[in-house]
Amino acid sequence: MTMLDAVSQPEAPRRRLAALSWRRLVRSPNLLIGLTVIFLVVVSAVFARQIAPYDPIDQQFTAQLLAPSAAHLFGTDEFGRDILSRCIYGTRVALAVGVLADGIALVLGVLFGVVSGYVGGRVDGAIMRLMDVMLAFPYLLLAMIVVAILGPSLTNAMIAIGIVYMPRFARLVRGAVLAIREEDFVEAARAMGTGVVRILARHVLPNVMSPIIVMATLTVGFSIVETAGLSFLGLGASPPTPEWGSMLATGRSYMLTAPWIATFPGLAILVTVIGFNLVGDGLRDLLDPRLRGRGF
Amino acid sequence: MLKYIGRRLVELVPVLIGVSVLVFLGMHLIPGDPAQRLLGDKGTEADLIRMRHQLGLDQPVYVQYVRFLAGAAVGDFGISIRTRQSAIWEVGQAMPVTLQLSLAALLFSIVAGLAVGIFAARHPRSLADSTAMMGVLIGVSMPVFWTGILLLLVFGGMLGWLPLGSLVDEGMRWRRITGMPVVDGVLTGNWALARSGLAHLVLPAVALGATSMAAIARMSRSTMLEVLGVEYVRTARAKGVVERRVINHHALRNALLPVVTLIGLELGLLLSGAVLTETIFALPGLGRLAITSVLALDYPVVQAVVLIAAAIFVLANLIVDVLYAYLDPRIRYT
Repeated sequence: MTMLDAVSQPEAPRRRLAALSWRRLVRSPNLLIGLTVIFLVVVSAVFARQIAPYDPIDQQFTAQLLAPSAAHLFGTDEFGRDILSRCIYGTRVALAVGVLADGIALVLGVLFGVVSGYVGGRVDGAIMRLMDVMLAFPYLLLAMIVVAILGPSLTNAMIAIGIVYMPRFARLVRGAVLAIREEDFVEAARAMGTGVVRILARHVLPNVMSPIIVMATLTVGFSIVETAGLSFLGLGASPPTPEWGSMLATGRSYMLTAPWIATFPGLAILVTVIGFNLVGDGLRDLLDPRLRGRGF
Repeated sequence: MLKYIGRRLVELVPVLIGVSVLVFLGMHLIPGDPAQRLLGDKGTEADLIRMRHQLGLDQPVYVQYVRFLAGAAVGDFGISIRTRQSAIWEVGQAMPVTLQLSLAALLFSIVAGLAVGIFAARHPRSLADSTAMMGVLIGVSMPVFWTGILLLLVFGGMLGWLPLGSLVDEGMRWRRITGMPVVDGVLTGNWALARSGLAHLVLPAVALGATSMAAIARMSRSTMLEVLGVEYVRTARAKGVVERRVINHHALRNALLPVVTLIGLELGLLLSGAVLTETIFALPGLGRLAITSVLALDYPVVQAVVLIAAAIFVLANLIVDVLYAYLDPRIRYT
């Protein structure tokens, strides 16, 4: 650590991140419930093979459209596939989708936001106008066009959702960078001849991490919902992938005769998203109490 | 204020031009030849060349864009590749359906969201508050397409209280004035139409508005709690002002400010939600038109839908900013 790091860095943001101690986590019941839900989803994804009672794509034509019972706790679909097993394997797809789409949005958004906020001037103007345009674009239509360009697949749906969420990160990060850019410790680093990349990486980014972490956590949940929406429209996962959105789309046709087909995948989405929302809200309360209860 | 509105309107132009560039390039990057799609397997090479010429696809991309922009400026978005009708006519047919749905969803989300939020704020940390906030958490986390399916299943299928999708009862015809069956029913005194339209509107509007409702409830609870603790509210109470007046006259107006911003943002989400809601409830609105057109490479219609939706979104946000000044006299725009 240089002297500059030791002396001039503001203590508050560092302290806020350090505040995420186990004791604080335990004292926030919502955060704890959210973390437990996410833990269970991760366990389901990792140990899907061990937990799922049946093969998720195995078709049993003697067991079509069976109502929930001891043999099939969530019932079976029109191909006789076990819905519980498909929901459990669906956690793998959901987590991969949520994390990767979020990751794309995060990396691109932080990159644009930092450059826009730090460089300023015309670069800032150009990037922010692009973000305004993307935000004015109906997001699902933007995602549909991106998927149509790349071709309908789960990977492309993830990329599309990542692109759609990118401007929100960019705006958030730009705002935070603008606020921090004129701080004394950044000025001091600049005066000492520290390079731009080093200033951004060592002094600016660590101090805007709190809102980024909160938004990234909340966006995982939103990404899962939006990608399921694209799959529901036939633009995401293709059969027989056990993906919750496409399971819901199939279930819609059997809504009155076999409602369990659509009910359980929807419940799986709901529980997972609640988990990420609880963690996001809990982290926001810990890291930035001024925003308590507000939501982005 | 007028100067401010004028300046903001001018600032909207580059954003809308940006949206037009994005949608134009996006649609042209989608693999596939619209002329080939239109002709199917029947066309010869000569037919294909003629069709491409007719659609202007044989021109350089920038010429096509300039033509598109010049047309769009006067409301001419070209001819639908799918139906051979004017693209703006297609949008005009679908727009009232989405407008009626979005307005009903917005009304539901504002009324129910504020009611839940204010109720919860007036009874903080009570059982009712906890239940309301749990409902809100579920509301913001529920995918709109699942909410729609569940509502259809319970209220349409199991209880049979409300119809299963579509705009009005089957076979019902009416004289189109606005294209919105509920409004047209009222305007023409055709109460059977208005009743049918309303019955068909309830479930999709609730499905579409549920997420916004939850977000508004959460925000209004939070801002009401803040406002109810400030000095002027305590003073009003100390003066003996009745609670209803304290809430409506002193607290609500100030608590509404952040909620108004949220409503502006939620407006932008409604069209995206409408794509899914209209698919589930079989409503012939803009959302369904958009997905059908994207899949059919019907770029004149997609461009028209996106540009009109973006214009509505940016205008709605301008209205929200102007509402700010009305709600908070401290804010004055120049």
